[in-house]
Amino acid sequence: MTNESTQPTLAQFSAGKLPEAWRGSLSRQIGADETLLAWLELDLDPQLRFAAGLVAVTNRRLLAASDANTWQEWPLSADLALLRRDHAGVGSLEFKNATALICRWRYTLGRDVSAKQVADHFERQVDGLRSGKPVIAPEETLCPVCKTPQTPGQEECPTCAKNVDAPPSTWTLFRLWRFARPYQWQLLSGFLLMLASTAATLVPPYLTMPLMDEVLVPYQNGKPIDEGTVLLLLGGLFGAAMLAWSLGWAKTYILALVSERIGADLRTITYDHLLRLSLEYFGGKRTGDLMSRIGSESDRICVFLSLHLLDFATDVLMIGMTAVILFSINPWLALVTLLPLPFIAWMIHVVRDKLRYGFEQIDRVWSEVTSVLADTIPGIRVVKAFAQERREATRFREANAHNLAVNDRVNKVWSLFSPTVTLMTEIGLLVVWAFGIWQVSRNDITVGVLMAFLAYIGRFYGRLDSMSRIVSVTQKAAAGAKRIFDILDHVSSVPEPTKPVDLPEVKGGITVTDVGFRYGNRGVLRGVDLDIAPGEMIGLVGHSGSGKSTLVNLICRFYDVTEGSIKVDGIDIRSVPVADYRRHIGLVLQEPFLFFGTIAENIAYGKPGATRAEIVAAARAAHAHEFILRLPHGYDSLVGERGQALSGGERQRISIARALLIDPRILILDEATSAVDTETELEIQSALDNLIRGRTTIAIAHRLSTLRKADRLVVMDRGQVVETGQHDDLIERQGAYYRLYTAQTKQLDAIEGRVSEENGDE
Amino acid sequence: MSNLNLQRNGFGQLVLTDDAGQAHEGVVPVRAFAVTAPDDGIALVSVDGRELYWIERLADLPDGPRQLVAEELANREFMPEIHRVRHVSSFATPSRWEVETDRGETSFVLKAEDDIRRLTHHTLLIADSHGVHYLIRDRQALDKGSKRLLDRFL
Repeated sequence: MTNESTQPTLAQFSAGKLPEAWRGSLSRQIGADETLLAWLELDLDPQLRFAAGLVAVTNRRLLAASDANTWQEWPLSADLALLRRDHAGVGSLEFKNATALICRWRYTLGRDVSAKQVADHFERQVDGLRSGKPVIAPEETLCPVCKTPQTPGQEECPTCAKNVDAPPSTWTLFRLWRFARPYQWQLLSGFLLMLASTAATLVPPYLTMPLMDEVLVPYQNGKPIDEGTVLLLLGGLFGAAMLAWSLGWAKTYILALVSERIGADLRTITYDHLLRLSLEYFGGKRTGDLMSRIGSESDRICVFLSLHLLDFATDVLMIGMTAVILFSINPWLALVTLLPLPFIAWMIHVVRDKLRYGFEQIDRVWSEVTSVLADTIPGIRVVKAFAQERREATRFREANAHNLAVNDRVNKVWSLFSPTVTLMTEIGLLVVWAFGIWQVSRNDITVGVLMAFLAYIGRFYGRLDSMSRIVSVTQKAAAGAKRIFDILDHVSSVPEPTKPVDLPEVKGGITVTDVGFRYGNRGVLRGVDLDIAPGEMIGLVGHSGSGKSTLVNLICRFYDVTEGSIKVDGIDIRSVPVADYRRHIGLVLQEPFLFFGTIAENIAYGKPGATRAEIVAAARAAHAHEFILRLPHGYDSLVGERGQALSGGERQRISIARALLIDPRILILDEATSAVDTETELEIQSALDNLIRGRTTIAIAHRLSTLRKADRLVVMDRGQVVETGQHDDLIERQGAYYRLYTAQTKQLDAIEGRVSEENGDE
Repeated sequence: MSNLNLQRNGFGQLVLTDDAGQAHEGVVPVRAFAVTAPDDGIALVSVDGRELYWIERLADLPDGPRQLVAEELANREFMPEIHRVRHVSSFATPSRWEVETDRGETSFVLKAEDDIRRLTHHTLLIADSHGVHYLIRDRQALDKGSKRLLDRFL
């Protein structure tokens, strides 16, 4: 896309992407020796109403249109500027000259990438005009979002192609087949057993026919009972019952076994997947809700598979077989018998929709109830401190009342459903009696045939009744499956690379290039550039909310950058498998989390195979060894929830030992010492000094005094790096760092004054 | 603070001159209660995020500044209010919604059900995949079809 290209380049550059609506109109605007460089399709008008529009930049002009016929144009000149900003989900391009705003275009943030392209190209052209040098196109095509080099003609950047908005299919339950596939042979044998056992249960009613016509009716007409026939028939009845019993037992056992395994697989796979999701996902979910999805929903699906679906399949088989038998005996009577069936099926269908919706709602309300618990119980100290027990109780009662209300609404439909099916059954029987008696009176059928029919449909309608129950359980299971697949379908926003690159021995050099990050519609980081040499210690300082922790989270790849790239030893961290990369990172957080288990297990968390000697060495280096020895069982003392109570400083030293043990090349200290008092801080500090030695370290600290050892300080303000340098230089410069430093020393003096006063009171 | 001295410069920015006579360029009005009480409590905030002036009630301002503030708010605020949900591509998320708003028709992608947040009992805030917030002021007041579609996500 250099200016030398002779052909109008509209086609080659954009044919695939420029929307049809603008293509013709725009190409008419562009002269023969003019090159279209970039464009932005607007979706908002200046009054922020949804409307189409286009802004395009060529090597000569800036073009804008609100519809295909009204174009505005501005020749490029050196005093023009095009600024891109965003606020609350709306981006704007401000076009101005040295003295005034010329025009402002608005778009929603989905178009931010093209807006950036327009602004970048515009700037490059105007820069060229200012300097008089020809505009040099960038050597390689970079993805505008992540700056990864792209092959020419590539439609979308593989690193960025993760905004999948295709909804999952609604046939959620059938997707469970993925979990059933490993058990297909067991399932097949179970199905064959089911077929056989169902057939066996259909024998007894059939035998009522000869029993009636050849034994009982002739006896009433004066013939003696033939004992041999009776014994044969009764033997047949008994045999069929025994056969149905044993086959039924085998099928239920096999299928229950399989469904239990499917349920277990579902649970573990979902949990596996959940753990792989990025922090972004967990940030937006409530613990109670996730717990209920993995726990009770998977259990519900399991029960559905092992009980309800099994019964339903048996019922369908039975109805099918019965229908065949009935038709083979007498087609007319069979027709009348089966007449209510479509009607009931239709009714089931109507109610299904209402119930499914209702059951989904019940599920949501239920997780609302558990969420109230999950919110309140961990925060019980706050609740009690502010004496808000009654408020929380009310909140729970309200959630419960909501639950009740939704259940009541569903039950209104549901309670009508079963009795209606029973009524249908009775009416159906009545019809069969009436039609049967009429046929017997005309000698079309024998009494035995009528008796067999009644025996069959007695079961038959009975099954319909129980089948109607499948509606609700299927809907419940489908709703549960949907909620589980919601997790499974969620693509991690920190995706594993499609073609992973091996991470060789890490030296620990970090290059942050033009990084931008947006959390929701808030731009947290903008244009951050940072080069960290292997082994260097960087202190990140700035007000809270200035983007320090976000930058560190991006370097850990807890989130992926929205713009720009982060490279470690020259390798983009997005091209390395996530787990491989994190192995090289040690993280010490403000609030160290200890899992339930022994101290040794907690220290060895990042390296489960560590030897006892390694654990002790790490604890020694972290200055944790001695206090651990003072605990009743030493390294085998239990900590974490319900475990031994440790102080903040002690927990912190355990987490430092944890980081030391994995011997990471890159170390991140996120406010590692800010949760403890000054004395403990000193202890931790010397532990940290051991940790930092020889590693690339990024330390965030609120107290600037803790960063004295840093090779370089990076000062951040509102998402940008504003200053870098050493403490003394920065103080001399009297800039942002100086202000922070003086503010803090003043504050410290004030605090110390207050502390000494308090001490004086005692 | 006494009188509000507010002007607009050639770049379209608001300029606030404070009592000390210092001019602050690029002043931005921010609503303190954007949803529940939009016209009460508006702060004028400087470029570096400090509050310069507090407007108790927009209506109490003299005409000139009030118009400037209102204009600037209209310019910056973007929270389309959904009047009707025409179609949703699926009841499972992510799902594409086609809606009618007070700012015209549009469609957006709802990434997860959790992006629909309950502000008060009947007021909902929906965040789309790009962080635009859509408001449903009173979900009971929506038409029946929209309510049905919406209820599936609540």
